[in-house]
Amino acid sequence: MIGLINIELYKIFRKWRTYIGFIAIAVLVSVIQVAMLVEGQRSINFMTHNLQQSFILVGNLLNGYLVSHLILNTLVIHIPFLITLVAGDLLAGEATSGTYRMLITRPVSRISIVTSKFLAGIIYTCMIIFFLAIFSLGLGLSIFGSGDLLVVQNGTIIVFSKNDVLWRFLLAYCFSSLGMGVVASLAFLFSSLVENAIGPIISTMAIIIIFIIISGINIEIFRAIKPYLFTNYMNGWRLFFDDPIDIKEIVKDSLILLGHIFLFFGSAALIFQKKDILS
Amino acid sequence: MKEEVLSDEKIIEVQNLSKQFKEIRAVDNLSLNVYKGDVFGFLGPNGAGKSTTIRMLLSLIKPSGGNIKLFGKSLKENRIEILKKIGAIVEKPDFYGYMTAYKNMEILGKISGSNISKKRIMEMLELVGLHKRYKSKVKTFSHGMKQRLGLAQALLHEPDLIILDEPTTGLDPQGMKEIRDLIIYLSKEKKKTIFLSSHILYEVELVANRMVIIDKGHAKVEGNVSDLLNSNKLKVTFEVDEIEKAKLLINDTSWMKMLNSIVGNKLIFLLEPGEISFLNKLFVENNILVSAVIPTRSLEEYFLSITETVSK
Repeated sequence: MIGLINIELYKIFRKWRTYIGFIAIAVLVSVIQVAMLVEGQRSINFMTHNLQQSFILVGNLLNGYLVSHLILNTLVIHIPFLITLVAGDLLAGEATSGTYRMLITRPVSRISIVTSKFLAGIIYTCMIIFFLAIFSLGLGLSIFGSGDLLVVQNGTIIVFSKNDVLWRFLLAYCFSSLGMGVVASLAFLFSSLVENAIGPIISTMAIIIIFIIISGINIEIFRAIKPYLFTNYMNGWRLFFDDPIDIKEIVKDSLILLGHIFLFFGSAALIFQKKDILS
Repeated sequence: MKEEVLSDEKIIEVQNLSKQFKEIRAVDNLSLNVYKGDVFGFLGPNGAGKSTTIRMLLSLIKPSGGNIKLFGKSLKENRIEILKKIGAIVEKPDFYGYMTAYKNMEILGKISGSNISKKRIMEMLELVGLHKRYKSKVKTFSHGMKQRLGLAQALLHEPDLIILDEPTTGLDPQGMKEIRDLIIYLSKEKKKTIFLSSHILYEVELVANRMVIIDKGHAKVEGNVSDLLNSNKLKVTFEVDEIEKAKLLINDTSWMKMLNSIVGNKLIFLLEPGEISFLNKLFVENNILVSAVIPTRSLEEYFLSITETVSK
């Protein structure tokens, strides 16, 4: 299995589209950091205007942690698209290029093929998030330096000591990987159904956008279905920036996301097992 | 061309194989046997079900009914073990275009679970004449080069059975001859069993010892190529000077039953080889000048006669 995963990773990283995700993140993070460098202090002053009337704020509020936290907030909208570019191509790409035939006539079980491809997709997803973490925190801390993190959580301003922040970021990025894993799994499921990667990419993004919109509209009928939308749990990384941390909620959200991953992957594996290779 | 069943050990045993795609029955109760050492020609017109059958033999698609045994074992239950002994090209060979020929071979070898050495990969590339292009990306290859690379990958893990689906498609005449020579080499020198599907019937006639002709998903004839050809009547064209006189002469005789068609002043008969001279003599003795006698017999003629009969 490790050999097969290595081969799949080799295939992923030999394709130009794989690097679009890394390049896009580098550009996105850089642009936000530059914007914060220019406008950040004014935004901070605006945010803490009321607070400054009652308290004296000392230290560096516009720091690498704050910028990284802002960047992490963009995750739900932008990163899924970068993930689907690769995950949607994992199976459908083989059909498009006609290499399914070559692959499946090898003495290896279909379940091994589909599992290795899926795991390679998940590894890629984790690498994207890891890259985001390193680039965002690294660049942020080197430009803005360290400091206490000021977070607005459910209308409340929480200030975390700079020594109490890094582990929260690490766990938040891990949780984000889980959320993005659901996106990758969904794109992978669609990829098992069709013979062109465009379909899975568009379908996955359409579902994510629709779910996010439904989650955001505060009317009764949408509130009722909100718990069943996986996008609702993808922002669970924010729970790590709460005080105290709601462990139960984090575990529940994690299990729901994991359940979705298993459901989507299981369906893809079942479809792939039964699939007639006609391409 | 080999002329007999070489072994009684069945390598491929297909019984009542069927495949239904919604309303289309692509393969319909097909049965065939391929014996060890055979070069087995698998013939049929477009849409006859050849590729579907090959895909079922390689477990790319699942049969709707029937049994497939390879090397005496059920394909369904021993898929991985069986595929270790098979090398195949299914329709046009496609590769990862963004990788080199060598890397494609290396990856396919690794997926097969075989410890394929660099030497072995280079030997196979040399066998198909691609060793000088081993560093080139496959996307720069012509169709013919991909076809040859397809053969190289099929042979990479030293399979006992080689399944080739239209292996010479897109090749120039020299390339086609090279592939034919390679098939003969693999059969005679390496003692491989070869299952060869081809539209170029002449090719099958040259290299195969046994064959099956399929049409509309089921086998029309199966047997030794030489036996099937010899048992078949020849299509013989008699070019005569007086066509009406010739027609009158054979009218109400048994020759009339053998008359296939009339084109201008040409009478086309389906005859046994020994009957040609008798008919020629009949015309000459009745003062009908025969300017040409053109017998044609090839697998192509046979193939067409079989499939045309089916169509009628």
